[in-house]
Amino acid sequence: MTSDNTPVVPDGVNELDVIGVREGAFNVSGSGDTSGFGGLVSPIVMPGPSERPYGGWFDEVADEIELSLQARNLPVSSVIEKVVIDRGEITFFVRREHIVDFAKVLRDEPGLRFEMCMGVNGVHYPEDAGRELHACYPFLSITHNRRIRVEVTAPDADPHIPSIVGVYPSNDWHERETWDFFGIVFDGHPGLTRIEMPDDWAGHPQRKDYPLGGIPVEYKGATIPAPDNRRAYN
Amino acid sequence: MSDVTYTSVETPGEDIYAGSYETTEGTIYNLAGGDWDTIAAAPEGEKERIVVNMGPQHPSTHGVLRMILELDGETVTDARCGIGYLHTGIEKNMEFRTWVQGVTFVTRMDYLTPFFNEAAYVLAVEKLLGITEQIPERANVIRVMMMELNRVSSHLVALATGGMELGALTAMTFGFRERELVLDLFEMVTGLRMNSAFFRPGGVAQDLPADGEKAIRDTLPLLRKRMKDTADLLIDNAIWMGRTVDVGYLDLQGCMALGITGPVLRSAGLPHDLRKSQPYCGYETYEFDVPTQTSCDAYGRFLIRIAEMHESLKIVEQCLDRLAPGPVMVEDKKIAWPAQLAIGADGQGNSTEHIKHIMSESMEALIHHFKLVTEGFTVPPGQAYAAVESPRGELGAHVVSAGGTRPYRVHFRDPSFNNLQATAAMSEGAMVADVIAAVASIDPVMGGVDR
Repeated sequence: MTSDNTPVVPDGVNELDVIGVREGAFNVSGSGDTSGFGGLVSPIVMPGPSERPYGGWFDEVADEIELSLQARNLPVSSVIEKVVIDRGEITFFVRREHIVDFAKVLRDEPGLRFEMCMGVNGVHYPEDAGRELHACYPFLSITHNRRIRVEVTAPDADPHIPSIVGVYPSNDWHERETWDFFGIVFDGHPGLTRIEMPDDWAGHPQRKDYPLGGIPVEYKGATIPAPDNRRAYN
Repeated sequence: MSDVTYTSVETPGEDIYAGSYETTEGTIYNLAGGDWDTIAAAPEGEKERIVVNMGPQHPSTHGVLRMILELDGETVTDARCGIGYLHTGIEKNMEFRTWVQGVTFVTRMDYLTPFFNEAAYVLAVEKLLGITEQIPERANVIRVMMMELNRVSSHLVALATGGMELGALTAMTFGFRERELVLDLFEMVTGLRMNSAFFRPGGVAQDLPADGEKAIRDTLPLLRKRMKDTADLLIDNAIWMGRTVDVGYLDLQGCMALGITGPVLRSAGLPHDLRKSQPYCGYETYEFDVPTQTSCDAYGRFLIRIAEMHESLKIVEQCLDRLAPGPVMVEDKKIAWPAQLAIGADGQGNSTEHIKHIMSESMEALIHHFKLVTEGFTVPPGQAYAAVESPRGELGAHVVSAGGTRPYRVHFRDPSFNNLQATAAMSEGAMVADVIAAVASIDPVMGGVDR
C-alpha cells in the first residue's frame, strides 16, 4: 500500500463494512500500469446495515427472533451485531458467543422453525481488522419456506467459534471442512479433524494468505507464470 | 506413538504392510489379504475388534469413497466415511479466474450433473449482478430443458452403478446405454458430452443448433421405451427387492437432523422440492409432480428416481413446446459475451460476421470485445446464495464479490457431501452387504463431495 495514499471512506459508510482497499486500476504491482490510475485508492465497501422496516416477511422473522431472545434473557443488541438486507436476502450478524443460543431459537421457535442448516462456510477478509474470519450459515425453513443467512466473525488471533453441531447435527462435516480450509476452531465439535486435506497437511488452503500454487509453464520460448502470479485485473 | 513397539511377523518377500504392534489397547494386527492364518495363533482377547478399510479404490463404494467399518462377524457396528480423495481445489482456483471462467470449473464438480452445478453458480452471479429478471425467456427454457435431461442421465447412472454394486450387471449396461442417448443430445447442443460450461452469467453460451429441437423430440420416445425396460428389470424383481427393501432405513426425523435433501428426503414422505417451493428459471410455469414414498428405504429411493425421470421427460416436452425464437443472452453488452460462435470450416469456434464487424468496421467493438474477454465484467460487492434442486438434493452456491472481476469466494453446498453423513445412521447394525445398498441409495458423487 502506498503510504501517502489513504483510502477515503465515503460519508455515511459504516467502518465495519469496509473489507479492504483496491489500488490502481489494474491491480498491477511493480510495473506495467502506465494509465495514470496507478495511484488510485478506493475502499471496498460491503452492503451496510439495514433499518426497519425490512419489508416482506423479514420483519416477521426479526420480530420473532427478538421476542425469543428476550424471553431467554438475552439482550438483542448484545446478540445481533447488525442486520443486512441485500439482493433480496437477509443476513443476521451474530456475535460468536451467542451463536449456539441463536441457533436454538431458529430451530425451536414455532414462528421461525428453521428445520435445516445448510452447513457453514468461511470467508477470509485479511484486511477486516479484528474480524478477519467470517463464518456464514445458510438456514432453510421448509415449514415457512424462508431462507436466512447468519454470519459470525472471529479475529485471526483468536479463531474460535462455538460449534452448533449439538443443535444441527448436519453441520458436523461442514464445520470440519471450514476448519480444514480456514482454520476456524469450532469449540465443542465432537471430532474436529481435517476432512478434505490429508491429516498431516500444514496450513489452511482457502485463506487469502495461502498461495494457490502452480509452476510457470514454458511454451515456444515464452513463459506463463502460475495463475496467482500473472498480471491480473482486479 | 513412542510407546508402540513394532514386532514384524513377516518373512522376506511377504507384504511389508502386514505385521502386528502393541498398543495400550492391546495387540493390533494389520492384514493385507491372504494372510489370515498369520493371526490364527494369536490369543483371543476379551475385546476383539475387526476394522475393515473398504475403499477408496473399490468397485462398489460408488467412487473414491473410503469406508472404515468395524465389524462383529458380518454385522457392521460402526461405520465412518473417509473422503477427500478427489479434492481438486475448485473453489480456490475460481478466485483467480474471471466470473465467466468460473463456469468451466464448477461444471466439473459433480461430474454427473454439470448443468446443475452451472445453474447454481450462474443464478448466484446473476443475483449479485441484479439481472435475474432480465434473462431472456428462451435462455431459461433451454436451461430448464438441459437440466431436466441431465436429471434423467444422472438418475440413469444412479440406477446403473447402484445395480452394478448389488450385482445386477444388466441394469448397469442398460443404464449406461440409455444415458448415452442423453449425452448425445448434450454433445449436439453444447459440443461436449460432459463438463459443458454451457450456462453463462446472463444466459447460455449458444443457441440450439438448427436441428436441435427435432433431435431432442425424436429421442424422447426411445428414451421412454428403454427406461421402461430398465425399470421392468428391477421393479418387482425378487433379488433386487431382497437387497433393497427395508435397507438403508432413514426416517423423516433422521433426514431432518442430518439436513438430508433430494430423493432420500422424499423417500421419507416429505414432498420437498425446490423446483416447487422456491422456483427458479421459471419452474413455476411447468406442470410436473413430486414423487414421494413412505418406505424410508433404498427401494423407495429407487422408485422415486424412476418416477422422477418420467416427470423430467414431461418437463422437457413442455420446454420443446414453448421454445420461441429469441435471444439466449441478456441485452446488456457489458455482461453478454460478444459473439455467438459457430463451428467454422476450420473446426474452430468462429463467427465470420462478428469477426468482420470487429476487424474491419468498428474499432470500438474490437476494444469492447478485447476488454470483456480478457478483463471480464465486474460484480458489485456483496454476497448471494442460490440453490437448485439437483438430482441429489439441494445444491447451493454461496458467492461473495468484493467488487472485482473475479469472485472473492465461492462455496458450494453439495448435496452428496451433506447426505454422505447419513451413512452411519443408515448402515450401523446392518450387514456389510447392506452398507453398499445404503450408500448406493444416497447416490453420492465424489467429484461433488470433495470439489
